[in-house]
Amino acid sequence: MLDESFYREQIIDLYENPLNHGELDPNDFSYEEDNPLCGDVIRIDVRLDDEQRVAEVAWSGDGCAISQASASLLTEEIKGMTLAEIKAFDKDKLLELIGVPLSMARVKCALLSLKVLKSGAYGIPDKGVMRDEG
Amino acid sequence: MLDTAKIRADFPILATEAYPGVPLIYLDNAASSQKPTAVIEAMDSYYRNHHANVHRGIHRLSEVATNQYEGAREKVARFINAPDSSQVIWLRNATEGFNLVAYTWGRANIQAGDEILLTEMEHHANLVPWQMLAEEKGAILRFIPFKEDSTLDLSDLPNLLTEKTKLFSFTAMSNVFGTVNPTKELVKAGHAVGAVVMVDAAQSVPHMPVDVQDLDCDFLAFSGHKMLGPTGIGVLYGKRELLESMPPFMAGGDMIRRVGLEKSTWNDLPWKFEAGTPSIVEAIGLGAAIDYLTELGMDNIHAYEQFITNYALEALSEVPGLTIYGPPAAQKGGVAAFTIKGVHPHDIAELVDKDGIAIRAGHHCAMPLHKKLGIAATARASFYVHTTTDEVDKLVESLNRVRRIFRL
Repeated sequence: MLDESFYREQIIDLYENPLNHGELDPNDFSYEEDNPLCGDVIRIDVRLDDEQRVAEVAWSGDGCAISQASASLLTEEIKGMTLAEIKAFDKDKLLELIGVPLSMARVKCALLSLKVLKSGAYGIPDKGVMRDEG
Repeated sequence: MLDTAKIRADFPILATEAYPGVPLIYLDNAASSQKPTAVIEAMDSYYRNHHANVHRGIHRLSEVATNQYEGAREKVARFINAPDSSQVIWLRNATEGFNLVAYTWGRANIQAGDEILLTEMEHHANLVPWQMLAEEKGAILRFIPFKEDSTLDLSDLPNLLTEKTKLFSFTAMSNVFGTVNPTKELVKAGHAVGAVVMVDAAQSVPHMPVDVQDLDCDFLAFSGHKMLGPTGIGVLYGKRELLESMPPFMAGGDMIRRVGLEKSTWNDLPWKFEAGTPSIVEAIGLGAAIDYLTELGMDNIHAYEQFITNYALEALSEVPGLTIYGPPAAQKGGVAAFTIKGVHPHDIAELVDKDGIAIRAGHHCAMPLHKKLGIAATARASFYVHTTTDEVDKLVESLNRVRRIFRL
């Protein structure tokens, strides 16, 4: 009784033909992390424009269909976003984009890309926040 | 040959459904085994009728509980042919056995420059405690490599195992490849250079006859939950003179003889290593599991698992793009680790789960092994006394559906 719709066509499509796949060098920030439980690895490179919005983004790595599809969907979604918007990006929004029910173990696969993105974004100073603090 | 139909009726969980209308097919026995009614009832009966703390009470219940608890220890001793039940130390699991030996024997005996020899196919439990010991003492870890056929490469053993080797610890059976290592010969080789030899028997004791006197190993550790017993109980076997020479591991009640405010003296074996109220009902449950396994016969169990593993390896090899890791069935226990080209092991495990099939995906606590293979993870099906050829066929059918979903 395998539910063939479980892996929605979209997930398999993105696994076969990922979006924004590659590397950006130079970049404004780049971050890589793995999920040691399953060995999934995701790296995300971002270039920002003058207003600190995402101008270009690319991801690379290896892993299961869920983590790879998640990286495609996330990188597509954040184009044009500010650093502040990235830092505030809600995990439920990403799970909604993935759109298939996930077991607890697989939620970690799905959210690896977001964790990598936020870790990278927090690693560089946000001019807006710095001005507020200054 | 085992009567699997009769055996399956002994395991309540095997009659359950993974999802409505989808019967459970449990192929994750190397991670943890299911429990027969005999084990569940022994534990239930103990709590309903006999529970009290052990080694403490004058009252009747405490005496009954102590007798059952120590009786289970004697069952373990007979099961592995230990010379005496005082050489059977109760622990939580095999992992605790390696930690105990590293912390007590290791700290007292390992010095800077000494070598500890392991293999490249060890579970993290038989690797990380020695890494910590080596770091603390300035000792050197060395490793016997494995070959392309997933067996140990012993060609360089004379250079790896020398008089510098103070400890040699290795698995009797790989939890990923299933490779059954030549344990007795390796123990002998270790002793020839004066090393203390420890055996990881977590995968061997549940599945084949193990005789510690025949092996002549100095230490051997295994877990109860992988051999039809409960979680929270494991065993360290040790040679008497070694155990007696070692300082205690944990300190507290039950492990002492006399306690003064400044100084205490230690209890006799095995209680010297068993501080605090132990896992009483878990020990009794393991005793019931040993009765069950003994009734089936460990030779019969091993023979049946050879049959089912051979069947599975042949059936799996029919799946296009599937690679099996490990030696041929004759040299391995009941596990089949595999990958399918184009599908990540996690996706395999998640999709076969929808067919009610429980397998494991990941590195199975053996990251260095997977790193050497150049892969992050494998999927692993593992078998036991209740596994049927029909279940293996259903796995193969499910794997073919996984391939279709991934458009392969």
